[in-house]
Amino acid sequence: MDSADLSIAGAGARLRSGELTAVDLLTAVRRRASMTEAILHAYLTIDHEGALVAAEAADAALARGEDRGPLHGIPIALKDNMVTRGIETTCSSRILAGYRPPYDATVVERLKDAGAVIFGKTNLDEFAMGSSTENSAYGPTLNPWDPDRVPGGSSGGSAAAVAVGSAFGALGSDTGGSIRQPGSLTGTVGMKPTYGLVSRYGLIAFASSLDQIGPITRTVDDSVTMFEAIAGHDPSDATSYRGRVPEVRPGLDAGVKGLKIGIVRELSGEGTAPDVAASFRRTLDALAGAGAEIRELSLPSTEHALSAYYLIAPAECSANLARFDGVRYGPRIGGRNVEEMMSATRRDGFGPEVTRRILLGTYALSAGYYDAFYGQAQKVRTLVVEDFRRAYAEVDVLVTPTSPTTAFAVGEKANDPLAMYLSDICTIPSNLSGDPAISVPCGLDSSGLPIGFQVLAPALGEGVMFRTARVVEELSGFTARPALATSEGAV
Amino acid sequence: MPVDIDIAKVARLARIGLTAGELAHYGAQLQGILEHAARVQALPTEGVAPTAHPLPMVNAFRPDEVEPTLDREEVLAQAPDRDGPYFRVPPFLED
Repeated sequence: MDSADLSIAGAGARLRSGELTAVDLLTAVRRRASMTEAILHAYLTIDHEGALVAAEAADAALARGEDRGPLHGIPIALKDNMVTRGIETTCSSRILAGYRPPYDATVVERLKDAGAVIFGKTNLDEFAMGSSTENSAYGPTLNPWDPDRVPGGSSGGSAAAVAVGSAFGALGSDTGGSIRQPGSLTGTVGMKPTYGLVSRYGLIAFASSLDQIGPITRTVDDSVTMFEAIAGHDPSDATSYRGRVPEVRPGLDAGVKGLKIGIVRELSGEGTAPDVAASFRRTLDALAGAGAEIRELSLPSTEHALSAYYLIAPAECSANLARFDGVRYGPRIGGRNVEEMMSATRRDGFGPEVTRRILLGTYALSAGYYDAFYGQAQKVRTLVVEDFRRAYAEVDVLVTPTSPTTAFAVGEKANDPLAMYLSDICTIPSNLSGDPAISVPCGLDSSGLPIGFQVLAPALGEGVMFRTARVVEELSGFTARPALATSEGAV
Repeated sequence: MPVDIDIAKVARLARIGLTAGELAHYGAQLQGILEHAARVQALPTEGVAPTAHPLPMVNAFRPDEVEPTLDREEVLAQAPDRDGPYFRVPPFLED
């Protein structure tokens, strides 16, 4: 096995046994990146120099007996909407071309403190708005399972890098499914923590009440490792949770015997591709076989979650993206006065999807329409939250397919924003409620493309969520690797 | 449900300088998306409180202590135009 294909746990074990060094691990992902990047374009920036310095430092520390834990010496990728001091951070937008942030995001500091080696910054849909990573000003990322298809999005670069082995793990951000849906489409494990558990300080904001950073990894165990490294209170984020982070490692292998698992009627029927539905059913049967009690539940408001989301997210985005005005960072297009300058800079700097959502949000917040659109959407959000509360009085976790389809073709939905939005139907409700959710690979469709199984849990229910995900991972026995990761000799 | 949009006004409020053709293009797309989103209006929500935030938190306070701030030169180095220690912009009012 090429060491680029090891899990974080596997790489860590070899590091500690002396079989491999952190520099070896870095060399392995660099080699994999050099073989795949020309096709995939998962990365916007690779920090070769900084990563080598960090890897050498990790080796020196280990030699001194200084071990920072399971991420020590492990090359990790970051979605390019998390700021990194001195390293270009663009959010895949022209409006931030050349921007070198003056500070590190809290998650970056935490990863560095845990000894991780920051390898590079990954591609995304501009400002994390999209479900395919086609909306990048620097060109799309493709799917390592089939380069004619999208890797999902918006964290498509992070997901593709982890799937193909040009990173051992990565961070993404999830506002409506942007970690879980690309996880599903690339055969990786994508996890969105409870809102507030991971600091958003230094995450360039899209929709502040929905955004949450989380890991993309190749195993559930690695997901736990990364979650533990990044979670925790941060005074720099006013929305950071002040209580204790749930302990997830202790009950991780406790199994699902006696666990009550709910199927959401509204999210697992109509519109789900037959192969996805079949694989979902097979996994459910296996969970029942492992001792779980399966019940079907109705969450009627989830049908309206999508409509509410496409008012709330653009409304928050239109306010957050007001800061990109050609004054403090990024390029500027001149004008005779400040309004002309800002209007010209923003017209040139934002791509079509970002422009569309800013306009949508500006409209939904404007005088005369606020109550009918934004105000009403916030009330529907309450209904979604109440639906979940009722459901969790009856069951421990809920499950759905992560995405109604497997990876779609490049360009297939590019000109139909509404069809693209519909691909997030199963992931959006937990952003509205702020609850944790994870996508785990559960099989392949007839074209050999990965299918994701989603586990949702109540707020701070990461323990039972990871525990269920571990069983799904084990039962599905998913070990397939994307063509691009295994055909190295041929590339 | 038809949705009434003055797209030129919306673009002006958003400070995005679009051409007439672009305004028509985005106006039509917004129309479609908003007609879908307007379904939220059909739900009975009388007496339902709005949710602005997933966690029931009020204000976050921290001790009022002076802490190190970002390096001014490093911050200003990213600005498209500056005047010494200030960000520089075109005039707000024309002569």
